[in-house]
Amino acid sequence: MSRRHLGIFTAAVLAAASLTACGGSGDDSAASPKTLTYWASNQGASLEADKTILQPELDKFEKQTGIKVTVEVVPWSDLLNRLLAAAASGKGPDVVNIGNTWSASLQATGAMVEFDDATLQAVGGKDRIVPAALAAAGAPGKPPAAVPLYSMAYSLYYNKKSFADAGLTTPPTTWEQLAEYGKKLSTGGKWGLAIEGANPSENAHHAFTFSQQYGGEWFDSAGKPTFDTPQNVSAIKRYIDFMAADKITNPSNAEYAQNQSVSDFANGKAAMLLWQSAGSNLKTQNMPADAYGVAPVPFLASPPAGGKKVNSMVAGINMAVFKHTKNKDGALSFVKFMTSDEEQTLLNKTYGSLPAVKTAGSDPAFSATEQKTIQETLVTTAAPLPQVPEESTFETLVGTAMKELFADAASGKPVTEASVKAKLTDAQQKMR
Amino acid sequence: MATSTTAPDADRREPRAGSPARRPARRPRGPRRSLLPYLLLAPAIVLELAIHVIPMVVGVWMSMLELTQFHIRDWSTAPFIGFENYRATLDLNSAAGKELLHSFWITLAYSVLSVGFAWLLGISAAVVLQRPFRGRAILRALFLTPYALPVYAAVITWSFLLQRDTGLVNHVLVDQLGLLGERPFWLIGDNSFWSLLVVSVWRNWPFAFLCLMAGLQNVPGEMYEAAAIDGAGFWRRLRSVTLPMLRPVNLVLLLVLFLWTFNDFNTPFVLFGGSAPEQADLISIHIYRSSFKTWDFGSGSAMSVALLLFLLVVSAVYLLITNRRRDDHA
Repeated sequence: MSRRHLGIFTAAVLAAASLTACGGSGDDSAASPKTLTYWASNQGASLEADKTILQPELDKFEKQTGIKVTVEVVPWSDLLNRLLAAAASGKGPDVVNIGNTWSASLQATGAMVEFDDATLQAVGGKDRIVPAALAAAGAPGKPPAAVPLYSMAYSLYYNKKSFADAGLTTPPTTWEQLAEYGKKLSTGGKWGLAIEGANPSENAHHAFTFSQQYGGEWFDSAGKPTFDTPQNVSAIKRYIDFMAADKITNPSNAEYAQNQSVSDFANGKAAMLLWQSAGSNLKTQNMPADAYGVAPVPFLASPPAGGKKVNSMVAGINMAVFKHTKNKDGALSFVKFMTSDEEQTLLNKTYGSLPAVKTAGSDPAFSATEQKTIQETLVTTAAPLPQVPEESTFETLVGTAMKELFADAASGKPVTEASVKAKLTDAQQKMR
Repeated sequence: MATSTTAPDADRREPRAGSPARRPARRPRGPRRSLLPYLLLAPAIVLELAIHVIPMVVGVWMSMLELTQFHIRDWSTAPFIGFENYRATLDLNSAAGKELLHSFWITLAYSVLSVGFAWLLGISAAVVLQRPFRGRAILRALFLTPYALPVYAAVITWSFLLQRDTGLVNHVLVDQLGLLGERPFWLIGDNSFWSLLVVSVWRNWPFAFLCLMAGLQNVPGEMYEAAAIDGAGFWRRLRSVTLPMLRPVNLVLLLVLFLWTFNDFNTPFVLFGGSAPEQADLISIHIYRSSFKTWDFGSGSAMSVALLLFLLVVSAVYLLITNRRRDDHA
C-alpha cells in the first residue's frame, strides 16, 4: 500500500470509527450553593408555555431562599435519555421531573437521592403525600427515589356534539360499546377514536391497562418479563384492533407521536380520546370545556377469569434529586417548595392535574368534572405500573412493538394473534 | 473526518521548493530542533487521541462489560463478561442477531443505492456545469443548498412533507394531480426505505457534485480539444478523458460517501423520530436503540465494534483493489 493510500486508509478508519466514538454530554450542574439547575418535564401546551408558568414560581422561591433556580423544560422524547446521560456522567441538573413510571428504573442507577423518612421529613413529611402517588415513586420495600409532584390518570374524553349528531347520549362504559359507538362516529372523514400510535410510552400505558383487564402481567413476582402470555396477546390485539379490525381509528394515527391525537380530538376530527389530564391542552387548542365530556376509561363487557377492574395506571410526575448535586439542602428545600400546598394548588390547577399532597385538594378547581373523574379513577380503579428496574425497557420494547403493529394495521397487513405474539416474543427476548 | 475531503493532488506535485541550498545557515543541532516537530504535532496527536483513539478503546472495553442501568454510574462495578455481548448480538439464531443481520442488509442496500445515485447526480451536474455559461454560478449555489442546510432543519422539513394526511407530497400526488387513489404512507411500511433513500441522496449529492466539480477544474482543456480533433463525441470524451482524470477524486469520494452513509444516524433519527420502521432500520439507529432505549450499553458497543471491523475490512479491500488496478495501469 502506497503512502497516499495509507493516508486515505487512515482517514477512512477514523471516519468509520466515529460510530464507536460517541461520548456522554457534559452538563451544567450548579456549583454554587446559591443556584440550582432544574429540568422540568413538558406539562403544558409547549416548552415555552411551561417556562412562562414556572418562572414566576422560581422567582418566588429565589425571594424566599436566595437560591436562584435555572429551569430547562425538556421534551418527553428526550427526557429519559438525558436523565440517563446525567446519571451516567454524574453531571447535569440538581433537581429533575421524571415520569413516575421510570422511578424504579432510575432508582436502579443509584444516581438519585433516596427519600428515607428523614429526607421525606425535610421536604414536608411522608404523611402529607397521597399514598397511591408515593407507591409509584420507587421499588417496593425501598425508600422512594422521588417525591410525587403532579397526579394524573387516564380518562375517556368524548366530543359532545359528535355524540349528539350520532344519536348517542352517554359515553361508552365497555370496549365493545366503544367500538360500536366508534363505528357510528366514523363517517364523513371523521373518526371514532384518536390514538397516539407511534408513541411507545403512550402505547405501553395502554398495554398495561388492557393487560390488567385481561388478567395479564408484564412481569412475574420475581421481576422476570412475561410479555407473550395469551392474556397479553389478547390485550394488545384488542387495542390494535380499534384500527385494524373495528376501523374506528384513522390509519394516519400510526404516525402520531407528537400529540397529534389530542389535536385531532380538539379539531373535531376524532370523537373520542384516551388521555391523561387533556383539559389544559384542549383549552390551548381552543376547545372549550363544555364541548367535551369526561368519563372513566371503559372495561371489558365480560372480563375473562383473573381479569382486574383496572382502567388506568397511576400516572403522574415525580420530582427527584441527583446525588451529584453540590447543593443538596438547597435542592431539598426546592422540592419542599414545589410540594407546598400553595404551589401544588397553583401548578396543578394550571396543568389540570391533581395535587400529590392531601392538604391541597380543597380548591374548587379540583372538583371540576375532569378532575373529579381523575380523582375517582385514582382512588378506585387505577394501579401503578410494575415498579421494577426494567420498567422503562418494557415501555420502550412493548411500546415499539405496538408501534410496528399499528404500522402493519395502517398499511393493510393483517394483525393476528400470531403476529402479535411474535412481536411480543421478540420484545421479551431483548430483555436482559 | 474532514481530513479526507481534500482531493489528492499527487499528479500535480510541484518541484520541491526551498531546497537546502537556499535555506539560511542551518541551526546548530540541539534538543530544540529535535523537539520542534513533535511540539507542532502534539496538538493534533492529543486531539486525535481524545476524539478518536481513546473513545474507540473505551468502546471496545465497554463491549466486554455487562453495562446496564445498574452499573452505568460506576463502570468499575460492571461485571466483565468477555465476548458474551458479541455472542448474544451476533448469534443469528436469536431475535437480536436476526434483527442485526436484517438491519445490516438494509444499511448495505441503502448505502450502495444512496452513494450510487448521489454520485450519478453529482457527476451529471458537474459535467453540465463544466463549461461557463450565463447563470452557471447561480445554479452552482442552488445545487449546493441541501449540503449547506443544517441537517436537522432539512430532514425535519422532509418529515413534514412526507406525513400521510398533512404532508405536501400526498397533497400534490393525491389531491392535486390525482395520480394515486389512496393516500400512501411514506414514513411507515415499505415506502419508508425509499423515503429515507430520497432524503439521503438529496443531502449527499451536492457533496459529490462539489468534489467532482473541483476535480474537473484540473482536467486540462487541451485534452478535450485533442479528443475532439480525434473525432470523439460527448460520451467518448466522458469515458476516455473525464472519468479517468477524475479517478483520484472518485477513489476518495466513493469511499468517504459510503462510510458516511453507512454510519448515517441523523437522517433516519430525525426523519422517523428515534425509532425507524423495520424496513428502514439502519444499523446506526439499531445500535442506538439497543443501547439507549434498552439501557444495555455493553451490547450496543459490541455491535459498534463489529460494525467498525466490518467497515475496516471493506475499506482495506477497496483500497487494495483500487491500488492494484492503479499499479496495473501504471
